[in-house]
Amino acid sequence: MIKILSARKILTMNPQKPHATHVAIRDGLILGAGSLEELKGWGDYELDTQFADKVLMPGLVEGHCHLQEGALWSHTYVGFFDRMSPEGDMQAGCKNLDAVLSKLAAAEAKLDDPDAPLPAWSLDPIYFDNQRVDRAQLDTISTTRPIGIMHASGHIMNVNSKALELAGLMKPGINHEGVPLGPDGLPSGELKGPDVMSPVSIHVGFDRDMLACDEQGMWRFGKLCVRAGVTTATDLAARLPEDAVKLMHKVTDNTAYPARIVPLRFHHGVSPEDLIKHVEALAPQSTEKLRLGRIKIVVDGSIQGFSARLRAPGYYNGAPNGLWYIAPEQLAYILETSLAKGIQVHCHTNGDEATQLVIDTMRKALRKTPSTDHRFTLQHCQLADTAQFRQIKELGLCVNLFANHHHYWGDQHYDLTVGPERAERMNAAGTAAREGVPFGIHSDAPITPLGPLFTGWCAMNRKTASGRTLGEAEKITLDQALYAITLGAAYTLHMDGEVGSIEAGKRADFAVLEDDPEEMGTERLKDTRVWGTVLGGKPFAAADV
Amino acid sequence: MSDTLPMTIIAGYLGAGKTTLINQILRNANGQRLAVLVNEFGALPIDADLIEAQDEDLIALAGGCVCCSYGDDLMLALSKMRTLDPKPDHVLLETSGVALPDKIAASVGLFGKDIQVLGVVVLADAEGLPAQLQDNYLADTITRQLGAADLVVLTKTDLATQDQLNASRFSIGRHARGATLVENSSDILHHVLSPDISQRSPAVFDAGPHHIELTSRTFTPPGPVDAHALAQSLADTDAVVRAKGHLMNEPDGALVTLQLVGKRFTLTQADPALKPGIVIIEKKNNTASTAA
Repeated sequence: MIKILSARKILTMNPQKPHATHVAIRDGLILGAGSLEELKGWGDYELDTQFADKVLMPGLVEGHCHLQEGALWSHTYVGFFDRMSPEGDMQAGCKNLDAVLSKLAAAEAKLDDPDAPLPAWSLDPIYFDNQRVDRAQLDTISTTRPIGIMHASGHIMNVNSKALELAGLMKPGINHEGVPLGPDGLPSGELKGPDVMSPVSIHVGFDRDMLACDEQGMWRFGKLCVRAGVTTATDLAARLPEDAVKLMHKVTDNTAYPARIVPLRFHHGVSPEDLIKHVEALAPQSTEKLRLGRIKIVVDGSIQGFSARLRAPGYYNGAPNGLWYIAPEQLAYILETSLAKGIQVHCHTNGDEATQLVIDTMRKALRKTPSTDHRFTLQHCQLADTAQFRQIKELGLCVNLFANHHHYWGDQHYDLTVGPERAERMNAAGTAAREGVPFGIHSDAPITPLGPLFTGWCAMNRKTASGRTLGEAEKITLDQALYAITLGAAYTLHMDGEVGSIEAGKRADFAVLEDDPEEMGTERLKDTRVWGTVLGGKPFAAADV
Repeated sequence: MSDTLPMTIIAGYLGAGKTTLINQILRNANGQRLAVLVNEFGALPIDADLIEAQDEDLIALAGGCVCCSYGDDLMLALSKMRTLDPKPDHVLLETSGVALPDKIAASVGLFGKDIQVLGVVVLADAEGLPAQLQDNYLADTITRQLGAADLVVLTKTDLATQDQLNASRFSIGRHARGATLVENSSDILHHVLSPDISQRSPAVFDAGPHHIELTSRTFTPPGPVDAHALAQSLADTDAVVRAKGHLMNEPDGALVTLQLVGKRFTLTQADPALKPGIVIIEKKNNTASTAA
């Protein structure tokens, strides 16, 4: 049966027909977009007017996020910014430390079991003048149950005395840069870096596999997608053991699940040879809503954690260079083998030295295994300079820039990590556009909230949280931003022939909006209200999820 | 202190021979129950007839040795290691090729008395090291690895040219100051696996070079001394992290070589042609003893 949807306006992202009023759908695929007159010829149809006053866009594509965002909502949100829960409850941001503590106290009061842990997430002391949270403050909430708060960056955790005790760290004499001590010689309760967080996090209620997601978390993630207008989302760093894949199949096979999920197998903890084998075995298990068979390599650490690999002149505060998370030879093996086998690889590179290593390695790999259209993608690629973007273009690489990061932490990069000049060029979407590099922009949810329209606003305005415009020359236009969150991101996943625009033959995946992004414009794109989505022709209203 | 698990960290870049060494050690366990932690099993070919049982993260070997893969969560693997029953006699931790062993030792230090790092062994491939130190992407990582070493093992000396050998030795001397250098494999086994490593009172390994300011001084006694008593007094001084050099021993002034790491030291006969004098590396102020 053919259905024709009418809308106030349809932004197709198809340059041959950028605007339409109707879209015809059959069996989850688009027959065409245009006027009712133009679409009638397909045959008998049912006219669906439920979106007659809405604006349709292609379903938005988030090219770098994690299903973990869904799982974290089982824990108490203590972030600085207001954030919408999957159930649509707008949780007020905690504007000071007292607000954090009273939110924790309220959550604590609801727990019956005195030993049950109390995990919370998204703390960001940058916004409280870097006022530190210490053990004693969390002890006022409870001394019997372990409490742990994950910072927004994901790199630091604050815990109470009980949590330290359970992890065996409540003792003097600890000598570790990730475990600052209080005046009493005992840990202050702040834990920096995965090595020191991991032994404690399991006691405070965080999963051992921080990036893993359970069934409820996946459903919650789906709800967040509907609220953000997202119909295709990556799970960018998954281990993908058999049971996790089984769960992903079970959830995504359900017709009530509102998103296509693209999990990338990350390289940690498995030999390069086994990584390739695993991904080759996963690829044929793909379905319409679960896309397996891609690799994610983490090349370096994070800039704010000073673990990213930077070229000269290095860190602004003189910190030593960061760490490699993979040996260059192993990177070369994975890239070469993947090119030869047609496996797509995304590489996390935060620092510009890490980016250069991938560029140099790709150049050699392509000489050995010439390939066109590989679309290997640099994820984050936050510090790349113009010369690097030119090389990226020459080698057929794509980038996915962390526009949201620039908003939330740009000030910190300006003041502390890389200094003013390089902070201005970070996440250089303007350069990517000028140099013709295919690009997406991303949230890295749960690090920042899932919401491509907001991400587009960040990339267009480059306003930091303090209100500074950081990198005028790297701003992109509304057209470029809307492209980046649809076809741009879809291109980095080899899915642009299938999703990302509203045109004949593609999947009937739409973002259904109350406002018209073209009217909202550069300044207000982030305020665009989302009604929900359509996935494969099936509507999902945010109000009902 | 029988609850303490002694651990040796085996680090070094890809191709330096870490896996070969681990295999060699497993073959020569001589009744010791060894627990070997590796990043992943992929690179560790273990003879099938040695394997008694295997699951995703753990292989049990004949003779009571076990081999575990820690993937991306070393700390979890170490937590599990503490609960192994029966307890291993000695844990060998093979790091990934780009890992910094001092950082890993510091993290292991969080387990306090439960696990004691006896030392860091860094393997360097004589054929590859000079080129690695010329590689802009790798040089600082390799240098930092060498800088954390208590013992450097130069491997593939038979494959290297004389120039490569010389360059490797020079670089190790420059970057791994204070570390012992060995160049053949039987020595390695002796150093890494000598039974007294796991049965002596726990040595203190201080992961501090990057966190605590260290100073070094040279000390040349004017005449023969009781070398053992002197070494013992250095070992008993918390501030002293390392000491190395030659002493004229009482009563006859025979030259001995002192090697001291934390609380552990050895005295061996030295070439009489060497000059007496020792270098002592110590913490600047003695506030952060990790003696636990």
